[in-house]
Amino acid sequence: MNRARITTLALPILVVLGSVVVLLILAGTNPWDPIRIIVEGSIGWPPFEGGSARKVGDTFMVWVPIALASAGLIVTFNAGMWNIGIEGQIIMGAIAAALVAREVSAPRPLLILLAILAGAAGGMLWGLLVGVLRTAGGVNEIFGGLGLDFVALSITTYLIIGPWARSGVASTSGTNPFPDNALLPSLGGSKLSPLAVAIAVLALLGVWTLFRGTLYGLKLKAVGRNRSSAFLMGIPTNRYLLGAFAICGALAGIAGTSQALGLHFKLIPAISGNFGFLAILVVLLARFQPIWVAPISFFFAMVAVGGPGLSLRLGLHGSLGGVLQGVLVLSAMLGLGWAAYLTRRRAMTESGVSSG
Amino acid sequence: MTKSKNRWLSLLALLLAFAMVVAACGDDDAGGGDTTAAPAETTATTTATATTSASATTAATATTTGGDAPEGFKIGLILVGPRNDRGYSQAHLEGAEYALEQLGLSVEDDLIVLEFANTGDTPGLSLPRTAQDMVDLGAELIIFNSDDMRDGAFEAAEQLPDVPMIWVSGDSAWEDGKDFQPGLSNLANVWGQMIFGKMIAGCAAALETETGQIAYLGPLTNDETRRLVNSSFLGAQYCWENFRDEPADIGFTVTYIGFWFEIPGVTLDPVLVVNDFIDGGADVTLSGIDANVALIRSGQRADAGENVTAVPYDFIGACDEAPEICLGVPYFNWGPAYLDAARAVIDGSFSNTWTWFEPDWDNINDLDSSVVGFLQGDGLSADNAASLDTFIAGLADGSIELYEGPLNWQDGSQFVGAGEVATDFQIWYSEQCLEGIVGVCSVNVFG
Repeated sequence: MNRARITTLALPILVVLGSVVVLLILAGTNPWDPIRIIVEGSIGWPPFEGGSARKVGDTFMVWVPIALASAGLIVTFNAGMWNIGIEGQIIMGAIAAALVAREVSAPRPLLILLAILAGAAGGMLWGLLVGVLRTAGGVNEIFGGLGLDFVALSITTYLIIGPWARSGVASTSGTNPFPDNALLPSLGGSKLSPLAVAIAVLALLGVWTLFRGTLYGLKLKAVGRNRSSAFLMGIPTNRYLLGAFAICGALAGIAGTSQALGLHFKLIPAISGNFGFLAILVVLLARFQPIWVAPISFFFAMVAVGGPGLSLRLGLHGSLGGVLQGVLVLSAMLGLGWAAYLTRRRAMTESGVSSG
Repeated sequence: MTKSKNRWLSLLALLLAFAMVVAACGDDDAGGGDTTAAPAETTATTTATATTSASATTAATATTTGGDAPEGFKIGLILVGPRNDRGYSQAHLEGAEYALEQLGLSVEDDLIVLEFANTGDTPGLSLPRTAQDMVDLGAELIIFNSDDMRDGAFEAAEQLPDVPMIWVSGDSAWEDGKDFQPGLSNLANVWGQMIFGKMIAGCAAALETETGQIAYLGPLTNDETRRLVNSSFLGAQYCWENFRDEPADIGFTVTYIGFWFEIPGVTLDPVLVVNDFIDGGADVTLSGIDANVALIRSGQRADAGENVTAVPYDFIGACDEAPEICLGVPYFNWGPAYLDAARAVIDGSFSNTWTWFEPDWDNINDLDSSVVGFLQGDGLSADNAASLDTFIAGLADGSIELYEGPLNWQDGSQFVGAGEVATDFQIWYSEQCLEGIVGVCSVNVFG
């Protein structure tokens, strides 16, 4: 491994670790304790040995939507689109799946299949709406997406305190739980749904394959790199952009389905868990590589699930987990930028030497 | 990726990460400005005059200070909002602290608290897992403090059937309620009879209003909130007719913003609603939402020279935000309720009872015994304070029974016939607002 490669890998890690240690010291605690508590609270201590099946199951079920949303975002980012509207796509997927879970009566396998398809369709339609606004209306996808995020949130709220309200006690607690028949099958004693995990893994593999081994992926990348050139080369750019939004929306919709039918078992106002926004950071940290999305998503899932334990066991503020996430991302970006700068400078120096 | 695109990516990531840090750090003391939600009152016990039903108790037991608890007894308290919100969650925290102190235990060592226990603030939260964590840390009594925690509390009670738990505001342990869960033998419910606090609040408003127009800032429409609106109205109507001797009817308007707190773009803006109230002639605003917007906005309008007052809700210290125009606050005092529950756990008598604590009518502001109180504010004149005391005394001795018929619903249909008194069940599951109240109180604000 050459020096530049070592720098690229090691520097971000060192910066991240240093930042976390400083943050935790500032919070008045031994840096090791919170890390251990997050690990213990999410996958057990020692990892995967000392924890209950419930903890591990919850962590995986948080990982699923982050990984699915990240997989979708890799597609839109490669197409050059900033799909900030992914939160709304997750929400609409959850709503569509909830509709099926509440209203459709069918044998369990069929019902779950229908719910997943409905979730994918809900997210896809919401994603396509962003795409249509972008391609036909000239509305920047960031603004269109953000606007549709708010609309989706409003629809959820409306449903929860309106038509789908619990009888007599409409509140933020969400709708009535879905019938057992509509819930994703899980391993005994936990919420871990092998089906949801398998879909997320397949999604990541699918996206990896899309950009590694298909002409469609290659053309999508071309659209993302230079839309005008791609168009001149005969690629129907708008159609490809819409395709990217459709794929991303569908994956986000399945993420919403997993949230509704696999984690919360009902529709709640915060059904997205902000995992769409988190997925944007995951994808950026992973440098658009599906293979890195999996572990990075898992790390954030651990922080999300294990974070509340900081308040219980150390008396630290309950939101420290969120602060930790933000600092991690900031420091990772700083480390990556620093490493890139050093690599560039070295290359320029070497280039100067050789040419001189 | 081009260099330019990388730059944009980095910028976007930095912005998002910064937003995450800010979001995580913020809202420490939001008095309901985030996703905290007030609980729904749950099951009813008595009629308004305090006849007891099978599962209800009346006032909390008297306290005995001193170490009557085994060493190491701990309470696990799961708060829907921040511990220092000067509102709903803080009232529960102070209640648990009181219980431990009365038992001679250490608040620092024996109270395990999780705050922000809602999926908006803590997306990865699992209430059953949190309950298990608390048990692992030694908690022998787990308290879920919000109606929002219904499903999580049920799940936790199922998974940990030997651990005593309380779902505050729930009706799962009320045999006559609509949501009775006989299988959850370790899950009890507590709640306070805030209907009386609201009656007193309504009376204070009627005593002070000069325009004869009172407004109520409602959250979302459900049985609980309608019950509290109705109770406020009945208190206002009684005091208007009996202490003011005014010929015209009292004006009482309710506007529901659509949620327990403001969601920009989704709910009505409570500040604008309060402005509308005042601009429409109301000079007293009663608050039914989590955030202290009614008092704060009314205080601002009063500072600008307008003669307006307000009545906040929930927390004993709520008047501090604008004391000079605060007529008083109906508040919860959870200490006696939690002390009762802790003692029941210690002596082995804890069971899945449902308790709707009525005020201690000997002194509704006795923090050792009354779960519901009303603290008079500086905005109430001395004369009106005396009238209010008379009204409270009437409620206490039963000479004032506001839920006695004839009472009609807002649509004109009969709620309680002449000479009858509404049952707990009728009051609890209030289907509509009462006749005389102006405003939409139907199933939900969206129709």
